[in-house]
Amino acid sequence: MSVNVATASSPRPAGVGLTEPWLVRAGLTAIALLFFVTFLVVPLAFLFVEAFREGWKAYTAAIVDEAALASITLTLIVAAVSVPANTVFGFAAAWAITKFDFRGKRLLTTLIDLPFAVSPVVAGLIFVQLFGRQGWFGPWLQEHDVKVIFAVPGIVLATIFVSFPFVARELIAVMEASGREEEEAAKLLGANGWQTFRRVTLPNVKWAALTGVILCTARAMGEFGAVSVVSGRIRGETTTMPIQVEILYNEYAFQASFAVASLLAILAVVTLVLQTVIERRTRPVEDPPRPAELGV
Amino acid sequence: MSIDVRGVSKAFGAFHAIRDIHLTVPTGQFLALLGPSGSGKTTLLRIIAGLDRPDRGTVFINGEDATAQSARGRNVGFVFQHYALFRHMSVFENIAFGMRVRPRRERPDEQRITARVNELLRLVQLDFLADRLPSQLSGGQRQRVALARALAVEPAVLLLDEPFGALDAKVRQELRGWLRRLHDEVGLTSVFVTHDQEEALELADRVVVMERGAIEQDGTPVDVVDHPATPFVANFIGRVNVFHGRIESGKAWFGPVVIDHPSPTNGTAKAEGYARPHELEVTRDETGGGLWAILRHASPSGALVKVDLMDTDGRLLHAEIGREQFDDLNVKQGERVYVRPRRLRVFAKETE
Repeated sequence: MSVNVATASSPRPAGVGLTEPWLVRAGLTAIALLFFVTFLVVPLAFLFVEAFREGWKAYTAAIVDEAALASITLTLIVAAVSVPANTVFGFAAAWAITKFDFRGKRLLTTLIDLPFAVSPVVAGLIFVQLFGRQGWFGPWLQEHDVKVIFAVPGIVLATIFVSFPFVARELIAVMEASGREEEEAAKLLGANGWQTFRRVTLPNVKWAALTGVILCTARAMGEFGAVSVVSGRIRGETTTMPIQVEILYNEYAFQASFAVASLLAILAVVTLVLQTVIERRTRPVEDPPRPAELGV
Repeated sequence: MSIDVRGVSKAFGAFHAIRDIHLTVPTGQFLALLGPSGSGKTTLLRIIAGLDRPDRGTVFINGEDATAQSARGRNVGFVFQHYALFRHMSVFENIAFGMRVRPRRERPDEQRITARVNELLRLVQLDFLADRLPSQLSGGQRQRVALARALAVEPAVLLLDEPFGALDAKVRQELRGWLRRLHDEVGLTSVFVTHDQEEALELADRVVVMERGAIEQDGTPVDVVDHPATPFVANFIGRVNVFHGRIESGKAWFGPVVIDHPSPTNGTAKAEGYARPHELEVTRDETGGGLWAILRHASPSGALVKVDLMDTDGRLLHAEIGREQFDDLNVKQGERVYVRPRRLRVFAKETE
């Protein structure tokens, strides 16, 4: 203690201890800017320049192309199924993990992050192995005339897998921080589980949930690896936008490829904007911190 | 509405939070669960509320077995240590919550809800804050909102977890008196948890002292102060001077101080004697047989003088004597006096 006081009160020219030399500051700023420009601004600019290289007409033509439209539709369908599914799952998982104590809770928390750790290609292969012709459920599915792999259901499954941590993670973070007391108070006041969720939990986590949903949507629409493995790339049937981009590129249709890609880029930008808006909306919580229960 | 706790135990993993607790709280009583942190008092309160499930034992509320009911059905008002107000709801909505979540058939109409909330707001003297959010209130105001919210469902019993723990001293003092009046006016049966002995002694009709998951003593504030049942209680409540000695042939010996202490066993045992500061007599008279000690410090405090003394073994003793008596003593720092406990509570030390 006394040592700290001594250093703090030792005479020093004002401000010198707090700011780095000019050269260091300029250097760090330059490096950050260089990275930003090289890896973010230039590619994005290039993407749009390429997309519009042959003019507005060619751009719209590339997008209203039958195969491109089909890929856009498919991407929207996949997102429309997988995002709500992951939202429901995310709420269920976060509620279970933060409001109850049970065996294997820690394992479940870790497993939620699995899709981040596993390469999407591996995930895709797992689904092929499970539902493909030679897979575990393959014969049964064939008997009942259900097509999963190289069809829309497979794409949906793979997308759900790769995008499921987003909502759950956002919610777990917020719900963990806010503790269980408000829910306990609601219960003591006579609220049932649904009322507690609707009136107490949900209003506290809605912005976090929305952030999760937005990120989940972005990932669901942009996923390439896992979907690529299970889709079979049947043109106009099982090609999502990222796959369509790759197919066009491989066919040297660069301008069309970049035009479709630009839609994905716009999606990314919209995602970022929405996220920023939400972050501004969520006021900092002014409640006092809740220390762990005393007097257990 | 009475509370009856019978043989309740609860463990968290290997940690036994409470063991075999029996406690009956009759209707209208204001009871304090007093103990250091980790003594199990909050666990007991949560079990009564139905927030935690006991491993063994039963809780009866108003004669009905409440253990089978969830917290929802118990009709218990609970005030959390950090209030747990619904942070996105206004003060008004916080208080109205308990009425709004009732099944449709039992739910009062909007007019009745408004009337009841306003009535409660007046009761807690916060009617001017109905539209505020909890984050816009001071600690004491949040506390009172939490109370109003708990009372809105007309609970049979009111349970409070460290109700004044998070408030500063002045607000705490005000709220204490106010809570006691509220308890009497509304006609509640209340149990509150605290680690603050002053709070427990001042507020409660009855104090239950807990330590390591068991009840050490259960009695009136005067009982636990003047007749501590165990060395723990003697140490935990109030200031106390400890004398070390031995028990032998029906007497307890503390140096020159000897007290009758009939013990069931005839052998010798180590003993500890406890005396409150006001129970020490300080004199210059050697004849009574006392411990001699040196005056270290004397500070006047109202009608009393607080005297710090050091005995021959170098232990500090605290005494409180009357102003006049101190003047008569005419003693200066570093001078020798005799100390004689007027009362001494003797506990045989458990032999290992």
